[in-house]
Amino acid sequence: MLEWLITPLGYTFMQRGLLASLIVGVVCAVFGCYVVLRGMAFLGDALAHAILPGIAIAYLLQGNLTLGALVAAIVVALLIGLFSRQGAIREDTAIGILFAAALSLGVALISSIRTYAVDLSHILFGNVLGISSSDLWLAGGLGVLVLASVFLLYKPFLVISFDPVLAATLRWRAELLRNLLLILLALTIVISLQTVGVGLVASMLVTPAATAYLLTRRLPAMMLLSALLGAFSSLTGLYLSYYVNIASGAAVVLTATACFLLAFLFAPGRGMIWQWLNRKPAK
Amino acid sequence: MISQIEDRLYLENVSAGYNGQKALDELTFQVPHGGQVAVVGPNGAGKSTLFKVLVGLLPLRSGRILIHGLPLGEHKDCVAYVPQRSEVDWRFPVTVMDVVMMSRYKRQGWLGRPTRQDRQAVQRAMEQMGIAALADRPIGDLSGGQQQRVFLARALAQEPHILLMDEPFTGVDVATQEATLALLEQLKAQQVTVLVSTHDLNMAAQRFEQVLLLNRRLIAYGPPSEALTTDLIQQAFSGRVMFVDNIAVVDECCPPPGG
Repeated sequence: MLEWLITPLGYTFMQRGLLASLIVGVVCAVFGCYVVLRGMAFLGDALAHAILPGIAIAYLLQGNLTLGALVAAIVVALLIGLFSRQGAIREDTAIGILFAAALSLGVALISSIRTYAVDLSHILFGNVLGISSSDLWLAGGLGVLVLASVFLLYKPFLVISFDPVLAATLRWRAELLRNLLLILLALTIVISLQTVGVGLVASMLVTPAATAYLLTRRLPAMMLLSALLGAFSSLTGLYLSYYVNIASGAAVVLTATACFLLAFLFAPGRGMIWQWLNRKPAK
Repeated sequence: MISQIEDRLYLENVSAGYNGQKALDELTFQVPHGGQVAVVGPNGAGKSTLFKVLVGLLPLRSGRILIHGLPLGEHKDCVAYVPQRSEVDWRFPVTVMDVVMMSRYKRQGWLGRPTRQDRQAVQRAMEQMGIAALADRPIGDLSGGQQQRVFLARALAQEPHILLMDEPFTGVDVATQEATLALLEQLKAQQVTVLVSTHDLNMAAQRFEQVLLLNRRLIAYGPPSEALTTDLIQQAFSGRVMFVDNIAVVDECCPPPGG
């Protein structure tokens, strides 16, 4: 068993891949608690796709792809905040418009590049085993930034998520805090790009957090359990990918989904089976 | 008689609304130190809008609001707000204690730990509202009345000068109604200024010294005997039949309907 675990670590690409997966798994899972509680899942998915034009432009300019993704994600996040501000249109409408527009722009740009096919599939589904050490450092740095923000701004983020009116009575800058959450979401998505890709990042944001939600009663506990589940899914997924030879991003997501299904069925109090066993006779 | 201290709450020509629709139109009134006012009006009359303007959640279109003679926002956390139960996400993973402690966040700062003083204020507020035994329970597990009392306790622990309660008598059990009314009595002794929105004309007439009758604009403001006349009520509610019972009940202090 031990050997089974250690053998893959002999390869540098596996070491980097495991480390990257671990960072992404934990950061996504912790920030994902706000994504789940604030109902930002659609936003997260949209943001991930909206990154595409940034990557395409960076590619065309022969710049750093991650940097291109970062700029695009932050621009789109702030545009969504601007469009839905003051309730001119509903937020999900604003997201829908920008999501489709940015994705189209990305596809238009990419279709003008002949040699892009291989890299594109990596962007869509991740390529954790091809991660470079500079990308790993970037992911680590941004990951620490996101986790530190979630920790330091715990109270304001909790209050604007649970009770925006209280945030107003406390005279906290709710608009600023909301935009900050959007930027942190953008950062989280960018660092996930290399491991699970644009197509699957929403799952990393939502699935471990939703599992933890079913099993805990307080936000700090939910974040901690979510982080553990994210880390577990990432590592298990990567080993699965190594031994069964399947795409790593998909293996990670499927592991996380399996955990969710177990919690959905068996969670004490909220699980389906538990509720079925404890149902009260009909009145 | 001119009062020596500034009125605690002063509104002048206040208009506000959402997306081009005016929900409040040229509202002017003032509430003295420690006053308790029932804000009465039909659905969509602007009761919630008024409260959102007062906490600074909705910007003013025009007019001005003064608290202790200073513009809105000059005072930190002196206004507390008890939301309608329907506005709260009851599935959020927080306990009763967590919610009540939120009232002290401003004092603690973003990183500060609760002080002994904070803990005592929270404990006192929970005991007073009869929910101390539920401190570690998730809010989603509570009954409707208990949930309401959590938010009343939170408002208490905030130690506000002005307390806004949005429909605290709607959809709660009698025990919670009584607890709310007892709290109002106590707040009066502490000279906390209170605005309570309600549909319940009977409650407004019997339990409040001042009634503010609202339907986008100010219809009447004064003691129930003056503000809750049949004419004015019909003006505010534009003859909605669902309030017939209530009008009949408040007949005691009004001329009988139809003369």
